[in-house]
Amino acid sequence: MSDWTSVLVGDLRADRMVPKTGFTVQLTVFSAAAMAFLAVFALALSLATERLADRWSAKLARTSTLRISAPQDQIAAQTEAALRVLQTTPGVGSARALSDEEQIALLEPWFGPDLPVASLPIPRLIEIVEIGDGFDATGLRARLQAEVPGAVLDDHTRWRAPLVAAADRLRSLGYISLALIGGATAAMITLAAQAALSANAQVIRVMRLVGATDAFIAGAFMRRFTLRAFSGAAFGAVAGAGGIYFLPEADVAGGFLTGLGFEGLHWLWPLAIPPLAGVVAYVATRSAAFRRLKEQS
Amino acid sequence: MIELERVAYTYGGAELFADLSMTLAPGSFHFLTGPSGAGKTTLLKLCYGELIATAGMVRIFGQNTREMDRDQIALARRRIGVVHQDCHFLDHLPMAENVALPLTVSGRQQEADEYLEDLLGWVGLSGQAGQLPPQLSGGERQRAALARAVIMSPEVVIADEPTGNIDWEMSQRLLTLLVELNKMGKAVLIATHDLNLIRAAKTQVAARVLRLRGGQLQAAGAEL
Repeated sequence: MSDWTSVLVGDLRADRMVPKTGFTVQLTVFSAAAMAFLAVFALALSLATERLADRWSAKLARTSTLRISAPQDQIAAQTEAALRVLQTTPGVGSARALSDEEQIALLEPWFGPDLPVASLPIPRLIEIVEIGDGFDATGLRARLQAEVPGAVLDDHTRWRAPLVAAADRLRSLGYISLALIGGATAAMITLAAQAALSANAQVIRVMRLVGATDAFIAGAFMRRFTLRAFSGAAFGAVAGAGGIYFLPEADVAGGFLTGLGFEGLHWLWPLAIPPLAGVVAYVATRSAAFRRLKEQS
Repeated sequence: MIELERVAYTYGGAELFADLSMTLAPGSFHFLTGPSGAGKTTLLKLCYGELIATAGMVRIFGQNTREMDRDQIALARRRIGVVHQDCHFLDHLPMAENVALPLTVSGRQQEADEYLEDLLGWVGLSGQAGQLPPQLSGGERQRAALARAVIMSPEVVIADEPTGNIDWEMSQRLLTLLVELNKMGKAVLIATHDLNLIRAAKTQVAARVLRLRGGQLQAAGAEL
């Protein structure tokens, strides 16, 4: 029977050789549950920032905004002139001026719903969607300067780059947190396993005297700690996923924080945490057990 | 089966014995006697690989124990049944499971159901199978230890003061069991300072008596 099969299938009589009492039971289950709970949040953070970075770097990279700031009586004429320029600019897929309603919607979070757009000197915004390799921003600015003096082209590069960098950094921090959680879990299980091995030194001696190999002795501890870590992590992962599920719905005003969570198939990712905790426990206990058995020989 | 060749053992800077030789052949019956502290238990531990000689050579089934790793020693122990002085039971397991431990660690636990009933009957413990070791008397523990020692049908049985904590009647009963094992072809080595036990055994079997004293192993004379 392979190590993994014996962990999954087990041997009741072999399991009974090591007494089940001891604080290491609670310690392992609790630490695995706590770490799995934290891992769910670190995973949600990583996936949310990944989506954010993708959106900022992919979607916004394909759009630009042209702002027409001119006296009210010239805005319509300059808007039409700008649209004509854009229609003949290579790399521009489409360009359209935002309606008053759309502009009110953009300003609503800051000024409220009853904004009198008509009486305010608000610039007209033109949304540009790029195609292919995009347009030549320098050339377009030169043409606009000559033909539409009130036009200011914003290709989003200025503010998009630091946001994407920040999202990438957050994503990396999320993954680093996951790795640290895995490491901390391994360290705690190693300590618990060593405590269990020390507390059961007499049991190990008897097992040796009756002909038990190192693999058999280690296996009795490995199976126990692997299953404890798995069950603790399953509880923690369910609790963490529940916490994420009951976060407030994402909305426009909510921004990043309410977008923290899982979408679609990403909900399957927390399912990987209990088996991973089991693998970490298995490796940590195996290493601790063989090291301790070597020391005790 | 087990050979000690010019063996020395030093513990904490003190030499317990040096230049000690002995052979346990199949079907042989040996008593090891000597004063307390002479090193009888140490010598037995060398025989089943719990201790490694500091000089000389101990061969178990042809293998030098100094060259054996832990797993090789564990496998060799499955061929040697040992009755320890203090029995070494797992107190949280019922006596029957303790007796079956050698089968369990060998992955042959399914055989336990086959042998256990007869074996417990043989040592007179059929009624105590479900009791925990602390609930057993000294004699019952010793007989349970003997049952555990022979459950794998070992080629050698080693017993360390097996009658140390039991009355004469129980000692006789235990001796009878060991003699029966010897008649089945098992080599038997018993460490004891109970001369009456040795005398009783010599009436039943051709036992050789070795005396360990002052680090030397000598054949005891006819006075026994």
